[in-house]
Amino acid sequence: MNEKILSKLFDVEQAHKIDVYLEKDGYRAVRKALTDMNAEQILEEVKKASLRGRGGAGFPAGVKWGFVPKGVDKPKYLCVNADEGEPGTFKDKYIMSYNPHLLIEGIIITSYCVGIHQAYIYIRGEYENIALRLEQAIAEAVDKGYLGKNIIGSGFELNLFVHRGAGAYVCGEETALLESLEGKRGNPRLKPPFPASIGLFNCPTVINNVETLSNVPSIILNGADWFGQVGLPKDGGTRIFGVSGMVKKPGIYELPLGSSLKEIIFDYAGGMKEGKELKAVIPGGMSAPVLTADEIDIKMDFDSLVEAKSMLGSAAIIVIDKDTSMLDVLRLVTKFYAHESCGQCTPCRVGNNWIRKTVNRMAEGRGKKDDLDNILRLANNILGKTLCPLGDAAAMPIISIVQKFRQELESYIRN
Amino acid sequence: MSPEFSEKTKKKLEDIIAQYPQKKAALLPVLHVAQREFGRIAYEEEKTVAALLDIKPIEVREVVTFYSMFLREPVGKYHIQICSNLSCSILGAENLIEYLKEKLDIEVGETTADQKFTLTTVECLGACEHAPCMMVNFDYYGNLTQDKIDEILDKLE
Repeated sequence: MNEKILSKLFDVEQAHKIDVYLEKDGYRAVRKALTDMNAEQILEEVKKASLRGRGGAGFPAGVKWGFVPKGVDKPKYLCVNADEGEPGTFKDKYIMSYNPHLLIEGIIITSYCVGIHQAYIYIRGEYENIALRLEQAIAEAVDKGYLGKNIIGSGFELNLFVHRGAGAYVCGEETALLESLEGKRGNPRLKPPFPASIGLFNCPTVINNVETLSNVPSIILNGADWFGQVGLPKDGGTRIFGVSGMVKKPGIYELPLGSSLKEIIFDYAGGMKEGKELKAVIPGGMSAPVLTADEIDIKMDFDSLVEAKSMLGSAAIIVIDKDTSMLDVLRLVTKFYAHESCGQCTPCRVGNNWIRKTVNRMAEGRGKKDDLDNILRLANNILGKTLCPLGDAAAMPIISIVQKFRQELESYIRN
Repeated sequence: MSPEFSEKTKKKLEDIIAQYPQKKAALLPVLHVAQREFGRIAYEEEKTVAALLDIKPIEVREVVTFYSMFLREPVGKYHIQICSNLSCSILGAENLIEYLKEKLDIEVGETTADQKFTLTTVECLGACEHAPCMMVNFDYYGNLTQDKIDEILDKLE
């Protein structure tokens, strides 16, 4: 089965306009949720669907919503994570550009389920034109009575506002995103307390990725069982795989969870460019440990990739060919994390810069015999020793590149 | 002297601030507006923004210096931001950065003498399917080659 949940309307002209969207059955899920279902029923359905977070961590959305305490005398907030900063990732851009009302529907249903009346879309600053498109879509939804007071006569109220970030990768981390939304530096918070109980403005807060929320309407319309059948029972639905690097047809491919990585690269993305040979694949955004060419016969779902000691992450697939030096790959990976470390935790701030300097020296032809062991030692001292996952996100790919391509890296030192 | 927002902008800023239960939360959106109006966020602009949101200028500075999109000094008429991350580099971004430096006769981070172009390198722009890619102000350009860069820059007045 090759069901399209998110990209079904990408080819429909003007589908970002509410009139076209309504003609294509748009807002039917909101009508069903707000008139025929109560909050508990929605929560049960989403839990049963095993909708796992599409931002990177893969945490089940329904479980996350269930953590929000009931009967608290404080407002609750929804923050939509549209920061999309993980290198290699460009999927949420398509949803927001071509199907913004699907996201808005997901936001309305989620807010109704959790009892939220104010939601913010935190979008990366560079997506200026997409932010404008979202603002237009929100204005249309308000105009048609899908946002604002008394949504479609249900008595439910929700306000939605687009908040632009300003170029900081770490703000994709949920607690850094909250700090940023409060008008501060994006320094991640210590957890616990978790955002579900103490989040934005110290109030209970749900934070979900764009793609995650955009799946909610289809679960409401078609049910949890259907969602599990499209993907896997423990990992429902599809993913928008974004393929980039040395392939013939880079782009997005919406496919069921559990699809073969080999097929995605060689069938959907057309295989290697200009007769190049495959060397390595990063399967889930730059933070995911690299796979060698021999390791790509693998299913693309959260659990299969954990088993392969990598991660599905944002489902961004970066394809590396044999003519690309792994020292260059390592140099670019370390440059990125050293630049994006917020500076709060010493292992991440100092460790990543130390690794970057070592790799740069190797790239200049001045590598030393013990450099690779030092890099591994430093990376292992970042791993698990920072407040937020950025430390792990840096250490994991670095360790995997050094371990899996050690021979090649050593050859640059000897020569 | 600290610059002042125009009357039209002030109205817009009031609408933005009204979206948040705490004024300070409007800092990033306000800074984007301020940067568009003043061209930069330096010492004097910090004070203007701080006064609007009832916060201290240092609270503005610590934010401005954290986020890479806020500019302490104005850029040229066209701000070229070319991606130097992995997917773009696999497809030749580093050669294109060298080409741009040569073509514009500036280093990365500099502005041409006629104030027309500023060149900076950035991390992933979220357009890897069109790698190598760059932004000129807020417009995206992808599948870049030297010829395509010539063509894009030649069209800019």
